[in-house]
Amino acid sequence: MNRFDFIQPITIEDAIAAWRPGAAWLGGGTNLVDLMKTGALQPELVIDITHLPGLGTIETLPDGSTRIGALANNSDLAHDPGISRRFPMLAEAILSGASGQLRNAATVGGNLMQRTRCAYFQDPNAACNRRVPGLGCDAREGENANLAILGWSASCIATNPSDFCVSLAALDAVVEVQGPAGRREIAFTDFHHLPGDTPERENALKPGELILALRLPAEAAQFATNSRYLKLRDRTSFAFAIASAAAALRLESGRIAEARLALGAVAAKPWRVTEAETLLTGHIPDPALFERAADAALAGAAPSGGNAWKIDLARRTAARALVMAAAGTPARMPALPASPFGELTGEPTHA
Amino acid sequence: MSISITLTLNGAARDIALDDTRVTLLDLLRERLALPGTKKGCDRGQCGACTVLVNGRRLNSCLTLAVTLDGAEITTIEGLAEGDELHPVQSAFIENDGFQCGYCTPGQIMSAVGLIAEGHAGEDLERIREGMSGNLCRCAAYHGITLAVREATRRMAEDKKGQAA
Amino acid sequence: MPDILSRPFRFGSNSGQPITRRDGIAKVTGTAIFAADNMPDRLLHAVIVPAGIARGRVTHLDAEAAEAHPGVTHVITPQNRPPLQGDPSAKTMMFSFRIEVLQDDAVRYAGQPIAMVLGETLEAATEGAHLLSPRYDVEPARVRLDDSPSFAFDPAGFGLPADVEHGDVDAGHRAARWVVDATYETAAQYHNAMETHAIVAEWDGDRLTLDMPSQALAISCAAYAFYFGIPAGNVTLRSPYLGGGFGSKAFATGPQVLAILAARMTGRPVKLMLTRQQMFGPVGHRGATRQRLRLGADDRAALTVIDHEGLAETSSFDDFVEPAAGASQGLYAARALRSTHRAVRLDIGTPGPMRAPGEASGSAALECAMDEMAEQIGIDPLEFRLRNYAETEPGTGRPYSSKALRECYMQAAERFGWAGRPLKPGQMRDDNGLLVGWGMGTALFPCPMFAAEARATLRPDGTALVETSAADMGQGAWTALAQIAADSLGLPLEKLEFRSGHSGLPDAGVAGGSGHTATAGGALHAAGSDVIRQLGEIAAADPASPLYGSGNAGFVARDGRLYVADDDSRSEAFAEIIGRAGGAAITGNGTASRPPEDAERHAMSSHGAVFAEVKVDPDLYQMRVTRMVGAFAAGRIINPRLAESQLMGGMIWGISFALHEEARHDPRTGRIVNADFAGYHVPVNADVRGLEVITVHEDDPYVNALGIKGVGEIGITGAVGAIANAIWHATGKRIRRFPIRIEDLSTA
Repeated sequence: MNRFDFIQPITIEDAIAAWRPGAAWLGGGTNLVDLMKTGALQPELVIDITHLPGLGTIETLPDGSTRIGALANNSDLAHDPGISRRFPMLAEAILSGASGQLRNAATVGGNLMQRTRCAYFQDPNAACNRRVPGLGCDAREGENANLAILGWSASCIATNPSDFCVSLAALDAVVEVQGPAGRREIAFTDFHHLPGDTPERENALKPGELILALRLPAEAAQFATNSRYLKLRDRTSFAFAIASAAAALRLESGRIAEARLALGAVAAKPWRVTEAETLLTGHIPDPALFERAADAALAGAAPSGGNAWKIDLARRTAARALVMAAAGTPARMPALPASPFGELTGEPTHA
Repeated sequence: MSISITLTLNGAARDIALDDTRVTLLDLLRERLALPGTKKGCDRGQCGACTVLVNGRRLNSCLTLAVTLDGAEITTIEGLAEGDELHPVQSAFIENDGFQCGYCTPGQIMSAVGLIAEGHAGEDLERIREGMSGNLCRCAAYHGITLAVREATRRMAEDKKGQAA
Repeated sequence: MPDILSRPFRFGSNSGQPITRRDGIAKVTGTAIFAADNMPDRLLHAVIVPAGIARGRVTHLDAEAAEAHPGVTHVITPQNRPPLQGDPSAKTMMFSFRIEVLQDDAVRYAGQPIAMVLGETLEAATEGAHLLSPRYDVEPARVRLDDSPSFAFDPAGFGLPADVEHGDVDAGHRAARWVVDATYETAAQYHNAMETHAIVAEWDGDRLTLDMPSQALAISCAAYAFYFGIPAGNVTLRSPYLGGGFGSKAFATGPQVLAILAARMTGRPVKLMLTRQQMFGPVGHRGATRQRLRLGADDRAALTVIDHEGLAETSSFDDFVEPAAGASQGLYAARALRSTHRAVRLDIGTPGPMRAPGEASGSAALECAMDEMAEQIGIDPLEFRLRNYAETEPGTGRPYSSKALRECYMQAAERFGWAGRPLKPGQMRDDNGLLVGWGMGTALFPCPMFAAEARATLRPDGTALVETSAADMGQGAWTALAQIAADSLGLPLEKLEFRSGHSGLPDAGVAGGSGHTATAGGALHAAGSDVIRQLGEIAAADPASPLYGSGNAGFVARDGRLYVADDDSRSEAFAEIIGRAGGAAITGNGTASRPPEDAERHAMSSHGAVFAEVKVDPDLYQMRVTRMVGAFAAGRIINPRLAESQLMGGMIWGISFALHEEARHDPRTGRIVNADFAGYHVPVNADVRGLEVITVHEDDPYVNALGIKGVGEIGITGAVGAIANAIWHATGKRIRRFPIRIEDLSTA
């Protein structure tokens, strides 16, 4: 780890004033400190924002929307009674990610800022346009079996690793940020960028802007009874997704009045698919319908390397998530959140 | 640049002068405070061997910069037993053979203490397994670990009930 | 069983008891000291710089930048590395590897040490290592089995397995009515003990003290003494606890030699702890294999031939060829057997033995091929194995020293509920619509013995001290060996002080090959028996003793007293006998090894049967092992609690082999792209559910004096095949590469 200066401001204004190029915001540290250890990130100044006031609160606003402070940690958020009641899909997505220890440290804002797990990004000796613009992309000819199938470009085929963000994209969250030029709001689906020719510009934040909070509109709670997050993994827990999907339905008189669908682990951003949502609206839930919606969701997919197999898998994942959402949100969080084995019944005679 | 922080470490106040902002809580404990019970398994939050309690919550000490911890209350494996009396999680690990080599054990135990305090798993084996999945055990003593956590959960609930009565 | 072996002294009150670990309190309180926990004064921290490419040359290291970093004290490169007295390419002992210690600027594998940085703090040394920013002349890396031609080699013991042939293989092929011809691939796996390789080295003149985890203390001392040109006796190695070993901590490694060199160069103690990433390269691994299995069976489902060809990777500069095909020699009563091995030189670190070397990879392939044959013939896989049950060792016809495999099959099948399993795949679903599959495999592991020494001292107060330099890497040596020692002395455990894990003690040999308990335990047993013999001689010659004159009847030690054999009315406490004899402690020495003629006369193996249930999502292909039952016959079990944990651990390694572990190389640089615990998966707690172990009773009068066969490795064997076969049974898909991934089922 390179040497860095460290400050711990106690007002948002001081924090923003202290920012300079080469500075990094430090929240829970679970991603930043890790990448500083590999050398992928080498900030000269670390600004610890964990002492900023008022950023850890989860509250319901007068207009019925829910505001989640950027420093709320993942565990508190997932277990917040209001969140798990109104937005169970958010809680399921969070609880399917990382480990208990990491969720205790990781913050909401940090989750949005999570960097890709692409091995070539993480290794400072590899060429990566996302890490150092213009260096090239070693992933294109490298180990890329789990990289992007949607929205990738010749300069970058990375995926976004977050589970939480997939469900946020589906629920039309809004990101509140503050920077040198003041406060503004960013629609969640605009927050993360696709790589294009500028993969280093990972999100819509301008230099020196800090995430203050997320807001979930009141309408998002209308999906509470029919929303699921589903995540495929090569290990039963504590693993990044191979493919994931957040599916939410609002049913009225047996028909889908409104649908939400977003895919994870397939692109550099959580992949909201409004085409599929439109296709679902007005219909009676039915597996064949969900298959068609999933087909539509993956319509533009293309392999970026040895990962053509992921396209059909992502499609199946999307279809299944819709089936699960239609079946209804379980009364209690499954023992293995977001897992195909979440509801495994019966305990073998021995542990 | 030297930064002073104050910690409550295993119940005792400690003033610490840090001459390096890079020091993680794990390396602070192991290399500077002579508390090597907390173990380094991956140094990147991927194995849980370094788990300690910070302000009562389980965290990976390898990803926590020591400079951020001014005022924090920290409990490590060395501070868990009350004198010669083992914490219920510690004795349950021995009785249920929840380890082999013992290297991941301090992290497993601190994680279990944190998990039980969180209160979401209860005595449900599947929830315990999920809740303990942030702690790798290469010897793979998972069977014993799971049973130990369940037994400690039960015993601690009974103790609590006993105290209330 | 010969009567002589059932004398009471063999079955004392300690062995066979499921006592909890004697090192338990130390391990749950954080007071068990592992190597890197040591912190001598004036310590320097060392950090290795690993090569970022697999083949080529280092052209530049920015030593200036590293040296300028505050706190960095030394940068060691091939240019300034002080000489070693022993040649790092020499293979002086049977168990040595050529090591990489900055001899030149060549890069032979990714992760090879190319420099070392020392610093006053770990943070400084770590950043210094980063600042070296190596540049390379890169040559194309050869990292896959097809990247180089295969070659045959002369078998030469360790690392170069022999080809073996029994019976007429061609005739076996011709006689086959049913044929399986299938090729299986196993991935490169890295031991990844939770404790990475660590060392604290300190010199005092030409005497060297090492705190370092070691599975073979005496061999390690000899190896380090060789490299540094000092007598082995000048090396003190302390290894009270190993944070796991699995075969990777039995050998001298380059990084550890460099740390010792740094300590000599600086005159200060040096601590080195490899990072997790650095575990992928210089400290061994299980080499990737490709195995072709050709099985023939006749009308009666009797195997006419098992023809097993193994291809394995080795490094460009040393030889270790995974002896996978050898696994087919000892299992089934085929009329003809052939095991052949070929190797491929790649730009990788040298492979080495990793838990169940040979058997784990080989039995994975063989057990799958057996399942494919059973499918083809249309009989139950268990029935197929019973029809080919080997009553004597296949090929040689030697009798087994003991073999309760049939009981293992029966007990495990019964417990699992195997009866009624549909023959065809894809027939079972659970309540949630998940596909359910059942598979089984046979487990086998040899039970070698090494040589060991031990010392026992009976003190005048009737307590005893027993000493041997055993290695406890989690298998429970601190406990099981103490149980054996206590029984040999007829003492309760609390009257026993057991010293171990230090090179100054009698040599306990290697903790490997599942032979440590038998070997070190055998030596302890002999040492204790030697004490009791001496005590008996004193008592028999002492007119004041109630035992006077009964030397011919023999004595039995029990609970701190010496009894006349078969006469409980005549006995005396140890302390009284010693007290009257002048009060001097009695010291006994013991050794253990297996006489070669014993090894010749019988085939000796542990056996077992593993049954697995998997569930597979029918559309998404995520897999989970939901139940596994293993029954093992492994001779005498000293501590059932510990043995069960070993066997379960092995079975979970089977899950890991079948579904998780795989090092993946970047095809151009050869770097391992998943060299961390986020990318290189081993099972987490949630992967482990519904495990059961049955230890089947077995008395083995030949294997060694204690009848111990060992339980450390056999758990993996059988389990891998059982899981793969269960996945086939659930899905109808035969995946012939390990690990089996969602990707494989998706594309099959």
